[in-house]
Order: sequence, then C-alpha cells, then structure tokens
Amino acid sequence: MTTPFIQFKDVSKAFNGNHVLRGIDLDIYQGQITTIIGKSGGGKSVLLKHIIGLLEPDAGCIIIDGHDLTRLRGRPRRLLRRRFSYMFQDSALFDSMTVFENIALPIEERGELKAAEIKARVQARMRDLDLGAIDGGYPSQLSGGMKKRVALARALVTDPEVVLFDEPTTGLDPIRKNNVHNMIAEYQQKLGFTAVLISHEIPEVFYFSQRIAMLHEGRIIYAGTPHELQHLDDPVVNEFVQGFETPAGNASGIVSDGSWEAQFNEEMARMQRHRVPFALVVLTIENLEDVLATGSGEAQGLTRRFTDRVRRQLRLTDTCSLIGPKSVLLLLPFTNLSQAKMVCGKLRRALNGNEIKDIQSHEGPCLAVSAGLAEVAGNGHPEHTLAQALAHKEIFYQFSVC
Amino acid sequence: MTTLTFIQTPLVWLGQIAIARLRLLGRYALFFLRSFVLIFSWPLPVAKTLQQTYFIGMKSVSIICLTAVFIGMVLGLHGYYTLVKFGSEGVLGAAVALTLIRELGPVLTAIMLVGRAGSSMAAELGIMRISEQIDALETMDINPIRFLVSPKLAAALISLPLLTAMADVVGIIGGYLTGVLLLGISPGIYFARVESSVVMADVMGGFVKSLVFAVVIITVCCFKGYYTHEGTEHGAKGVSISTTSAVVVASVLVLITNYILTSLLL
Repeated sequence: MTTPFIQFKDVSKAFNGNHVLRGIDLDIYQGQITTIIGKSGGGKSVLLKHIIGLLEPDAGCIIIDGHDLTRLRGRPRRLLRRRFSYMFQDSALFDSMTVFENIALPIEERGELKAAEIKARVQARMRDLDLGAIDGGYPSQLSGGMKKRVALARALVTDPEVVLFDEPTTGLDPIRKNNVHNMIAEYQQKLGFTAVLISHEIPEVFYFSQRIAMLHEGRIIYAGTPHELQHLDDPVVNEFVQGFETPAGNASGIVSDGSWEAQFNEEMARMQRHRVPFALVVLTIENLEDVLATGSGEAQGLTRRFTDRVRRQLRLTDTCSLIGPKSVLLLLPFTNLSQAKMVCGKLRRALNGNEIKDIQSHEGPCLAVSAGLAEVAGNGHPEHTLAQALAHKEIFYQFSVC
Repeated sequence: MTTLTFIQTPLVWLGQIAIARLRLLGRYALFFLRSFVLIFSWPLPVAKTLQQTYFIGMKSVSIICLTAVFIGMVLGLHGYYTLVKFGSEGVLGAAVALTLIRELGPVLTAIMLVGRAGSSMAAELGIMRISEQIDALETMDINPIRFLVSPKLAAALISLPLLTAMADVVGIIGGYLTGVLLLGISPGIYFARVESSVVMADVMGGFVKSLVFAVVIITVCCFKGYYTHEGTEHGAKGVSISTTSAVVVASVLVLITNYILTSLLL
C-alpha cells in the first residue's frame, strides 16, 4: 500500500482532565475520501482540528506528507497549512461580510490573483453550488442549508490539496444533503483532493468514501474500506453503523421516533435521481400477545432482540427501524418487489432455526411473523406506502420463528 | 506538620496567583507587540485601516464634541466662580485651556472611545471567537491578529490624537460660551490668556498621552475579546463578561497611565 499522506501516531488530547483522544493511530491516504464516524461528542472534530493545527496534541505526533506537524513552526507550517481547507460544523462564516466577500476572502488574502480572476473563480464556485444571486447577501439572511453551501464554496475556492469537512450536511434537507454529498464526491474526483469527512450520514457516506474510520471512546476501533466494514463482526461497530442503539430507559421500545420517514424521503430523492425503485417491508410479530401470555411479559426486549437478529441479515445499505411494539420496518434501497421477496425468503431461512433461541428468553410458542411489502417506483408518501405494505401483508409472506 | 501546612498553603496560593498574573501580562505584551509589528507587514492593511479610522475616528466626532463642549462649559463656570474670589477671572482662558490640553482632553476622549469603540471591538472579537470565525481565519492561513487587531490599532493611533485635538478646541469654545457669553469676561482677554499660557510642550504632552491611551484601549479591548473562550463563562455570557471587563480594565488603565505620564511629563 502507498505511504499515508496523513498519519496519526499515538495522539492523545485531554481538556481539563477529560481525555478526548486516547492514543489515536490513523492513516489517511492521498486522493481518497476518508470518513470518520462515531458518536456525537466523541472527539471527531477535535481529531480533525489536529490535522490543520488548530489544536496541538498532548502526546504523539501527526505526520503530514513526511513532516511532523507537531514540530513544524513558522513559514514551513504556514506553507503546509495553505494546502488545506476546513469546513466548519457551524459554517463559521464572517457575519459582517457578504457571501461574495466570504468566499473570496481566502484567495484575496493570498494576493496571488487579480480582482477579475478572483471574481470569476468565486462566481464559478457559486454557480457550482447553486448559490444563485445571493452574493450581496449576508450570512444572517441565509437559511442553514444555504450557509453550509457558502461554507463549502469557501472551502473549495482555493483548490486545496486536502479538504477537511466537519459534518457538512448537518441540518440540511434530504435533497440538499444528497446534493452536498454528490458535490463532495464530484469535486473530489475532478480536483483529486484528499478529503477527510466527519459525518453521521450512514449509509450515505459508504457510497462515496474510500475509507471509513470509527472513533470510539477516544480510539480508532476500525479503519478500512466500507466493504470490509460490512463484513466486520464487531458488536460496537455494528451497533453504531446500523443505528440500533437503544437509549437507556426507553420504555416504549420504539427506537425510530419517526426517523424512518426522513430515511424514506432520502430514498425517494435517490430513487428520483437514479430511477431505481426501493422497497419497504413491514415485519409484524402477529402473536406477540400469545407469546407474552405464556411467561415473562417482556414485549420490548423480545421485539428488540428479534429486530437485532433481522438487522444482522440485512445489507449495509438497508435500514431497520422499530415502528411499534411489534412491528419492524425495513427500507431496502435499489430493490424492487421481487428482490424484496427474495430478501424475505433469506430472512425466513436465516431466522428459522435453533440458533435463534435467544430471541425468546423463555419457553413458549413460536413467533408468527408476517411480512408486508411495497415497492416505491414513482411518487410515494411514507404513510401511504406504509399503509400499502400493511394492507398487503397476508398476500406476500408469512413465516414462523422458533 | 499542621503549622507548616498552615504557612505553606497561603504561600502556594499567592505563588500561583503571581504566576498566573505574570503569564497574563506576558501574553498581553506579546499580543501588543504582534499587533503593532504586523501593522507594517506587507501588504500594508491600508483599506482596513481606513475603514477602522472611519469607525473609530469619524463616527466618534459627534459624541466627543458633545462631551468636550459641556466639559468646557462646566470648567468655565467653576473656573469663573473660583477665580472671581481672587479677582483673577481674566485667567479663565488659561485655566480652561491648560486643564483641557494637559489632562481632560486626552483622558475624556480616551474614556469616551472605550465606551463607544472599545466595547464594540471586545464584543465583535468575542463573538468571532465563539462562532469559530477566528479559527476559520487560521485555517485559511490568515493571521487573525494582523487581520483583525492591527488595523484597529493603526486606526486608533491615527484617530485618537486628532480626536483629542478636536476635544481640546471644542472644550475651549465651551469655556468661552460660559465665561464670555454668559458671565461677561472679555473675549479678547479669554483668547489672549489661552495663547499666552499654552506652550507646545503642553500640546505634545497631550498627544503623547493620546497615543499611549490608543494602545491601551485597543490592545486591552481586543485582548479581552480575542481570548473570550478562555474565560470562566462560555457563549453569550462569556462575551458579555469579556466586554464588561474590557471596558472596566481599559478605563482604569487609562486613568492609571494618565497619572504615570503626567508625573513623567511634568
């Protein structure tokens, strides 16, 4: 493998005794998109700020293109920094400057281009990012999504070698979010820069990232390709990636909180772009009451364990949400109705065996699970599609789990 | 053992405080040196300095004129009723002019500038700090001190002596309004006394003071705003505390340095 462009070697950082990074070892390769995932507040932004020198590590070193950043001072450090751009989580736009001035600032201050060239380059980036005629507006007059795009334009205007993106899509609607992801991927291919991205957009980031690194409790617990991640048998990684961490004390057992609708809208946007349908499957434990009547009365735990088992059988890009005490909803991107039936068949084969005894914590009847399927190929509304799936569940599939 | 601890604890505490204060002082000195030296770095920040001169200088003209005229009028009133007891009301022009040019002109202009411009600078930099705008400048390889502080310092070094001169003139006119127009001193005597008593050293002394005050105001207010994030409070409350602290510290330092400079210039 080629030499990493950026290397973290045993990097540690603490703030007032709170250890945020505990010996980070991470390699970032040139010309690739590396996405760092991990829980909120886990130190991802801190890690990113070390790359550009906004924070200094307490221990360890950061090697960038053969130079130890922690020892670099003065002009060499400045020259190295010029090769980077940073897009902040909250945009960090200069609120007393217009949009045009914000985007033009990095190249204006370098003093390498004439005013006409600066104007042309800024306008080109604004066109690319669909920023229209807002060049005279101020950041306070813009929506959150618009601010993000202005920040992105500012990060890309210097044609940097490395771009650091700190949650570039937080707060954007699904369509804008996809636009930003497409734009990052497109520009990365076009300009060939090295991108380091912090994102919670799973599985979106897997489509365009070459490498994924997961930060957990101050350490990198996984670094590799999205494909390798898919086959990784690590409970912590799987739990995070597949979004199935249940908050402590969640009495309802419903994890999704309606987030499946947002996912549905994202799939709609993707489907309209790629013209490929996606499928929605509702798995319902039909005899939950009968099962509970025999013993423990542990409805939430039983459904959750069942859902966990289902989730493990799915592809990385599929999503799985609890939508009720006994119903689980699966969203299967790039899947038509017949393929969804095949997925259900695979699920039945996988779940119908002795190895799933741990779903039920007590002796009792088998679970009778029905599957309702619906394909979304044109315009679809989340609730209507869900109703359609529920209405057709008898027709499609039924299997028992015991 | 207990006695030793009893003695040691306050000593350790005092030592820690002294080290913290010295560190702060050193940091402030470096901040001032950087912001001063970077005024002359190429390319010269001419456009930004002009903008700041407009903000610090031009926009302060009305408030400083207003303050100066009333101070001059009060000086005229007090001066007249004090001097008339000794039959020396003719020297009112000299009293008003010397008080304004040597002391009140530079000090009042500086105090007004702390309130009008210093507070807004501290708040502006504080907000820029907490919203990561200063970090953003660093990531763009733009020196935040050169970009944000140096033009303000240069503008204040240009504006404050001019504002002081204007305050002196307007204050003398204020004294004229009460002394001559209201209380009946001869206008010729008033201005003759002004001309005969004021020497170039008085005017230069006032200018030296105004230059020092410019440095004190800008560096203290910008320093407080720039390091807002290192205070005990965070967010909007942190900015409000650093702004208040900037105004209080800068005002007190203006008065202290005024005393020191007066004793040196006398």
